[in-house]
Amino acid sequence: MYYNVFGEKVSRRRYKEMCEAAKNRRELIAAGLTSRRDLFRMGLLTAGGMLVAKSGLSARAQNIFQSPGAGGNPVNTNNPPSSGKTTSPGTNQNCVPSNQAASPHTNPFVTPLPILPIAATTALSTFSPQPTDAPNTASGTDGTEHRAFAHQGPTNYSGQFPHANALSKYYKFHQRQFTTTQMSPDLPAQTIWGFDDGTHGTISPGPTYQAHYGVPQLTRNINSLPNINQVNNTGFGFPSVTTHLHNGHTPSESDGNPCDFYPKGQFCDQYYPNVLAGFSTSPFAPTGDINESLATLWYHDHRVDFTAQNTYKGLVGFYCLFNNLDTGDEGTGFHLPSFPQFDIPLLFNDKVFDPDTGQLVFDLFNLDGILGDKFLVNGVIQPFFQVSPRRYRFRLLDTGPSRFYEFFLTGNVGGGGTPTTNPYFLIGTDGNLLPNPIQVNSVRIGPAERVEVIIDFSNFAGQTLYLENRLNQINGQGPVAVDSQLFPQNDPVNTECSVALAKTTPAVKPAGAGDLILQFQVTGPKVKDNSVNPATNPTFYTFPDTTATPRITRTFKFDRLNGQWSVNGQFMDCGIGPSGFSETFRFTVQQNSVEHWLLTNLTGDWTHPVHIHLEEHRILTRNRAAPTIPADTGRKDVTQLHPNERVQLFFRFRDWLHKYPIHCHNVVHEDHAMMALWHVEATGDNVLVP
Amino acid sequence: MPDVSRRKFLSLAATAPLAAGVLSTAAAGGETGRFAPVTQETARKRIQEQHLPNLPLITHEGKRVFFYDDLVKDKVVTLNFFFAKCDELCPLVTANLARVQKLLGDQVGRDIHMYSFTLKPEEDSVEVIRDYRRSFGAGPGWTFLTARPDDMEKIRRGIGFTYPDPAIDKDKTQHIGNVRYGNEPLMYWAACPGMAHAKFVAETLGWVIHPR
Repeated sequence: MYYNVFGEKVSRRRYKEMCEAAKNRRELIAAGLTSRRDLFRMGLLTAGGMLVAKSGLSARAQNIFQSPGAGGNPVNTNNPPSSGKTTSPGTNQNCVPSNQAASPHTNPFVTPLPILPIAATTALSTFSPQPTDAPNTASGTDGTEHRAFAHQGPTNYSGQFPHANALSKYYKFHQRQFTTTQMSPDLPAQTIWGFDDGTHGTISPGPTYQAHYGVPQLTRNINSLPNINQVNNTGFGFPSVTTHLHNGHTPSESDGNPCDFYPKGQFCDQYYPNVLAGFSTSPFAPTGDINESLATLWYHDHRVDFTAQNTYKGLVGFYCLFNNLDTGDEGTGFHLPSFPQFDIPLLFNDKVFDPDTGQLVFDLFNLDGILGDKFLVNGVIQPFFQVSPRRYRFRLLDTGPSRFYEFFLTGNVGGGGTPTTNPYFLIGTDGNLLPNPIQVNSVRIGPAERVEVIIDFSNFAGQTLYLENRLNQINGQGPVAVDSQLFPQNDPVNTECSVALAKTTPAVKPAGAGDLILQFQVTGPKVKDNSVNPATNPTFYTFPDTTATPRITRTFKFDRLNGQWSVNGQFMDCGIGPSGFSETFRFTVQQNSVEHWLLTNLTGDWTHPVHIHLEEHRILTRNRAAPTIPADTGRKDVTQLHPNERVQLFFRFRDWLHKYPIHCHNVVHEDHAMMALWHVEATGDNVLVP
Repeated sequence: MPDVSRRKFLSLAATAPLAAGVLSTAAAGGETGRFAPVTQETARKRIQEQHLPNLPLITHEGKRVFFYDDLVKDKVVTLNFFFAKCDELCPLVTANLARVQKLLGDQVGRDIHMYSFTLKPEEDSVEVIRDYRRSFGAGPGWTFLTARPDDMEKIRRGIGFTYPDPAIDKDKTQHIGNVRYGNEPLMYWAACPGMAHAKFVAETLGWVIHPR
């Protein structure tokens, strides 16, 4: 049997052609696109349909920011920049399949799901040099420090923060290259990058932090990757790092700013205060607002221009944060399933392997977004997980690079009758628990987003279920149809893609026809379940107030100008000054103020998962209407910005100062400059369109 | 509490092997013998074969060169596209790159080589690109090139400066305005917008000239 990248059966001849194309892209290069004949020839070499795709078919080409043309027809926005327009065209490019041969065959569900180990602490006495509040000037066996400025200590908190050398928890994380066969027994050993906490060896995904509010901690992230000046990589990856704690209410010098990267032999002491937002000001001082509690964070490399390569190569991991309500013990607090036995972080990514060598490959020359045809959970392609017939809490994280998922719990696969769709409970979006569980049939997440769900296996004893991705996405720019209020989920078929591809193109595939990513074998022993039943509608937190009047409303246009990804027509600039660190910024937020940010997407059919550091947001409106999708109603640090959308966000910037980025978290777009740096200072500016 | 969790975790680990635990079986895998072996040289060759075709071009000085062997191999390079009659994007990018060249100073031509390729080789003769280059005050180490249209198209596609939609891809007024930059022997490749701040572009190129 031979399959293409979409999992469709293809002939042996066709498969050979695709392998040939992947090996040498000679056909693609040779095809050119200079004549109709060439297009046709190219169509034969790709997954098909390319020849009939052309601009102008798309209903979505109409730009919501422009009024309709005469007679109510959409205005053609395919104006070239030379006509004086500065926005990119709307197209139906999301109907054009990426051209890529399938990875080698791997047998699914033969390897158990790895449970990522809990990060081990390291004795302070082993730190050399010892941590200091100001950037270290001394060197030691850990190397030399690269940090922008001293650990912040808000003035009214001088007794608490910082004391870099008087904390209760210290971690040393080395980023290292290692070789592993963990991904599949059917693939050769892979040389990738991971994290070494000193106890578990080098692993990818890295160890999971088990952090607690009120217990500040420090991680020394040490770059121990191969020497950057020697030929020693596998064809992608740049051994220069900066590790970001995604969703952390983290002081900026410890945030892992994309411009604060450093090579082998250097480290950064990253101080994670694990403190609730609002701790430094009335009315929530000194503890902070309990409703700002975070639960599911993650860490990853954020090296400017190289984040896609470096995270794809393995520099990702979980950071779970607990408090006296979300305790990790189902006998106390919210009574959520106990960590780590029944509270399982699941890290998803999709990758491609060379058909000839079986090696992990990354398209260095892609500007649009990258899809893989192998789906990994916690570092293994299509693992199985033996569960007991009881409730589990799962923390789902999409690390990209460019894939969106819509997860269903599918049963009765491969047996008689049709596969089933089984509802489960959504309890959290990104880092936060929702006020109450919401029963759903599916939930959609994009790159960098998380959701938390409760699945109750008690009625499935002895059965096999699957976590299935049914979302139809055929290239790196986003799903073929978006789950937005413009394109509701119950619109089952993408008409324009069906025309362009000459076959029915569902937005969401039928049950059992999607990607079966994780197999649940409900064959574990019957064990006691003291966790709360989400169907009883337990209450977690309440949402912080979002009615406060903003000090300013800023607008951010996410756009593409001649293939150059931009924010408000400008491109990423680290603004590095004589200090060796960023010194110029696009705008300044006033500390402890409220702002509204309007994110607008002018890029035709491209979807941008937009991430903002430091503070979370709530979605006030999506195209001027209140959010309706369950995952949109929670607190967020990434918002999916669909084609031709305008999303209004509420922010309250508190406590910490200085530099943070806003960027697209399709990491291929991010690496091509769809990012801007901004500042928080005592006095803010009034730049409306930064 | 952390101790309890850790103990529980270890008991769990016995049934679900850790990623690290799997490492010890690195040599296993019955089917894996069917794969071709990989070395750093094959990884480099893979990039060359897929993205850096060794096709002939003509420089603004009328010299015949080959894309991979003469321009890219063993070098740190920038690659971008223009055409002489392009009235908006190309002059902006080319003028910006002239600022970048000034900022890089004498590194250009020694530590890094800049190449600009015409998208319309059928219009842009050696004389045209020579005059175009001169009008922007490009210095030594920055070469403008034309080629047979078919070959130029293969180079453009090779370095990924394409749109997914063929109709837009054919519209040269919408051509990709990025600058591909790379250190060929070390296999470090990325791209930045041609219209990004010149100072930052120069900073960016420094990362692959003297990697850090």
